[in-house]
Amino acid sequence: MISLDLRSKAHGRTQVLGPMRIEVAPGEVLGISGPSGIGKSTLLRIVAGLDTRFDGRLDAPAERAMVFQSPTLLPWRSVLDNITIPTQCRPEAARAMLARVGLAGHEAAWPGQLSLGQARRVALARAFVGTPRMLLMDEPFSSLDADRISDLLTLTQDLIAQHRPAVILASHSAAELDALATRRAHLSGRPAHLDYLETRLRAGS
Amino acid sequence: MRLSGVDHRSGIGRGVQMPQIDAPGVPRPVALVSVLLLLGLWWAIAAWLGDPRHAPGPDLVLPRLWEGVVTGTMLPDLGATLGRVVIAFAIAMGIGTALGLLLGVMPALDRWLDPWLTIALNIPALVTIVLCYLWIGLNETAAIAAVAINKIPMVAVMLREGARARDPALGDLARLHQMPALARLRHILLPQLAPHLSAAARAGIALIWKIVLVVEFLGRSNGIGFRIHLDFQVFDIAGVLAHALAFVAIMLAVEWLLLAPLARRANRWRQP
Repeated sequence: MISLDLRSKAHGRTQVLGPMRIEVAPGEVLGISGPSGIGKSTLLRIVAGLDTRFDGRLDAPAERAMVFQSPTLLPWRSVLDNITIPTQCRPEAARAMLARVGLAGHEAAWPGQLSLGQARRVALARAFVGTPRMLLMDEPFSSLDADRISDLLTLTQDLIAQHRPAVILASHSAAELDALATRRAHLSGRPAHLDYLETRLRAGS
Repeated sequence: MRLSGVDHRSGIGRGVQMPQIDAPGVPRPVALVSVLLLLGLWWAIAAWLGDPRHAPGPDLVLPRLWEGVVTGTMLPDLGATLGRVVIAFAIAMGIGTALGLLLGVMPALDRWLDPWLTIALNIPALVTIVLCYLWIGLNETAAIAAVAINKIPMVAVMLREGARARDPALGDLARLHQMPALARLRHILLPQLAPHLSAAARAGIALIWKIVLVVEFLGRSNGIGFRIHLDFQVFDIAGVLAHALAFVAIMLAVEWLLLAPLARRANRWRQP
């Protein structure tokens, strides 16, 4: 369960985010859309606990994971180490998760040898390997071809259904939000405010 | 050592931009031929001048070098100089790296200390050496301190650039997963700094051994610098060249056998 009661977030003297409430239950995916630069990443960083300089109250599980806008791999460590080192999981768990995202056999590769789609799969494997109770996704599939995105969306749907974390997905791709979000909200204005869109029931949620 | 700008490749996980250092690696045939040509040129000029006292050719210098190394008369001095180089290098790299990291991650401190660093960078090595000998005395501590102090600002500046160029996303990843401090250092910070550490080490070793000779010349009673001082007093130019060549050879061996392989190892993930 994620619960954020935000009063204000400022960068220096400029207020970026206005008052907003966010509650996400396990297995739920809150999709947040909004123009670039509106503060989606700032909001996710607050929920992730990476930015604590805000006015408000955050209640979020400690078992957290994030899929960043870029794959954010350690280029000097093997694919397997890229999962075990940050998450401190066991190598067997990492191997199993790599197989789950379709990268069995790539354990020893350097990240620089992967395609962008493969690197994003590694980032997904790293996010899910610790069975997080909270997952934050910040434009997780940007700059991928459409057919690769649909593969990854299916995979992400399955992983969310299996592990049931509380998810917040920030994206400006309607396809991603339609495929994954169980609830939708839109961030706009300056300072930005959050408008919840109509609740949509998805099969299986 | 060459520093050739910034790496602009934009593949996966290469968000960190770092200077590329060309590892000279094992000497290639061209390099060997080139050195032989230089020897030939030296010999030709010496023969043409025909003044072995002022301009000794390789035929006079190389036997002196060979004799000093084979009979072992040069070895204690080579050892003394090498020892000073190693200790001063370790101190300068340690303090310079710590200072550079501190300045790189704390912009407020950097704003205050940056002018000091600029001043320190511009103090001539000779001034530091003379002051160290005057303040600390004509001893080993002063000699090592003088060399290290000369080198620390340069290491600090290079490592400050490294610390500034860190990829903030990797820091986020470490904080998100609450990685232990030691793991962050080993897997996140040091690999990002590796090119800067490598450049600082290689520029440092080249600078340090030259300063060590001056320090020995001015105030030590052993080491290659001291021997060159003796050669200087008896106007023995062949001796100066033989001693200098002996140490150049050692430093080239350190570069080829130690630093270049280390740099290659640290960069192996870049190979496709």
